[in-house]
Amino acid sequence: MMQILKMAFRDLGRNRRRSFFSALAVGGGLALLILMSSVVAGEMGSAIESAINLQTGHIQIRAATYDENKSSLKWEDLVSNPDEVANKIAALDQVETATPRLYASGFLSSGTQSAGARITGIDPLSPASDPYREGVISGDYLNPDDRDALLIGKPMADKLNLEVGDSVSLSLNTADGNVQDQTFIVKGIYTTHTYSFDSATVFLPLAKAQAMTRTENHASTIFVLLKDTTLTDSVVPALSVSSNLEIKTWKDLNVLFVEYETFAQSYIAIFYMIILAISASVIINTLIMSVYERTREIGVLSAIGMRGGRIMMLFLAESSMLAVGGVMMGLIIGVLATLYFNINGFYIGDMGLSGMTIADTIYAKLTMENLVNLTIMTFVVTLLAGLYPAVMASRMQPVEALRAEK
Amino acid sequence: MEVVKIENVTRVYQIGKLETQALRGVNLSIESGEFTALVGPSGSGKTTLLQMIGCLDQPTSGRVIIGGKDVTKLNRNQRADMRRGTIGFIFQFFALIPTLTAYENVEMPLLLNGHSPKERQERVMELLKAVDLTDRANNRPDQLSGGQQQRVAIARALASKPTLILADEPTANLDTTNGKQVMDIMKKLNKETGVTFVFATHDPRVISYASRVVTLQDGLIEKDSSS
Repeated sequence: MMQILKMAFRDLGRNRRRSFFSALAVGGGLALLILMSSVVAGEMGSAIESAINLQTGHIQIRAATYDENKSSLKWEDLVSNPDEVANKIAALDQVETATPRLYASGFLSSGTQSAGARITGIDPLSPASDPYREGVISGDYLNPDDRDALLIGKPMADKLNLEVGDSVSLSLNTADGNVQDQTFIVKGIYTTHTYSFDSATVFLPLAKAQAMTRTENHASTIFVLLKDTTLTDSVVPALSVSSNLEIKTWKDLNVLFVEYETFAQSYIAIFYMIILAISASVIINTLIMSVYERTREIGVLSAIGMRGGRIMMLFLAESSMLAVGGVMMGLIIGVLATLYFNINGFYIGDMGLSGMTIADTIYAKLTMENLVNLTIMTFVVTLLAGLYPAVMASRMQPVEALRAEK
Repeated sequence: MEVVKIENVTRVYQIGKLETQALRGVNLSIESGEFTALVGPSGSGKTTLLQMIGCLDQPTSGRVIIGGKDVTKLNRNQRADMRRGTIGFIFQFFALIPTLTAYENVEMPLLLNGHSPKERQERVMELLKAVDLTDRANNRPDQLSGGQQQRVAIARALASKPTLILADEPTANLDTTNGKQVMDIMKKLNKETGVTFVFATHDPRVISYASRVVTLQDGLIEKDSSS
């Protein structure tokens, strides 16, 4: 076996440039796979994280009759005494914070420009509102007792040509089915770097939102953030809520994401196969060329009594070495590239996916599971690619092989 | 003792629709220790006959018996085993493995036969000494002259102590001096070890070394003469 390995190693050394580039093709393929999987993991991870932090929380408590799509404001569709419910939930160990929120459909107009908006009444002091406070890029954040101030996303501010201090007219639906108008001052402009969210969401202090919509001591939902996403399933049974309320987890509230992730995974699998097929074809090509170049040598080995199986092993050893070299190169290139994009990210801008909180910058995220799986997959595919040339070499008739031109 | 027995062997090559009869019913017997030359013009069938004896090819009809065993009934792997244990080859084109040193080339058949490292080392050095190449043991084929390469090939052919060595035009690619040196070594080893040599050639200087000359013409033995 040692002799086979020695011969295989030296055979690869005969045409170092070709061997190097063949291994590089394997390595490049693996690096690309690592980077792609990291980008997808980063994108999905950050998208879910954004969705949880900005939009859905880990858990929401709502009235069983609440219809999210209609942003219903009827009292019977809302949570009454929301602070009491929120405080009860916040007392649980696994809960980071629980805060009432009110959602209403509204309409902003400034001069000749207007835009539909999702008005969100928040407790500005709740830790759950931190992403909005931290996202303020001009002006100031909201205070709980602001009565004529709102916080607006950068894309909407741009669309309506609004700057901090400008007046804007807000119309929104009320609990009794009427429309209420009021002029507000743009107190601050924020960005969460999530276009679909920033372009539609306008914040008011909860008390002001309740007053304007005439929902009084009611909220659309109790927005709950846990200490860790993985705690979600264990917290749900610990929550005791009255029968007219229901508990929704981030999975229920992000069905689109879960479906998108499944779709993305199958889509990515096709890319994986294409990349692996390209790498495999390079290896097959290299080894077939090598078999043809060494036909007479194969004849000699056969003449001195080397069985077909050993000749096959010789070529398989070569493809193994190319695989090892390629995988090592791929790991180095792939991990370094991932590290770069993990730190710097890359800007994708607005993906144009409405309802999806996909950030404008993706940060690659490498998981050990992906790294191990992709490495094994590349190694196995490269070995399999070497099988055909190896079988071809082992089946050569010695007489014909010896007759070949050198 | 009869080392090789060829019984009414024919070999027909099918090239497209064209059939070529390389051997047309050859009968031949070679005794142990013979130094036999197969001679004849190109296309007379001497290389084909050598390949039949060397279990590299199978006859279309007839029997090839090596060391008392009918090799025409052997499968591919059994023929490889037969070659490894019983037959040594020397080719016109030297046929060394270019990535291996002279030492490793000679060692290869011993490795295939599962000899121990100590046995291998002793045998390889003994053979390299016999072909006067001890100082070239660590050179690769491209660092050796044609004559030196052919001497390494002779050492390799002898490595597994075969009963039969087949050489196809062993001096065809060598100049007169190297050709003579190679033939001298082959003859010397034949005398010293008693191993049977069968070689195909049409070089008159090489034929003069042979103790028996078998002349082929159009796939048939035309003449068989012993000196």
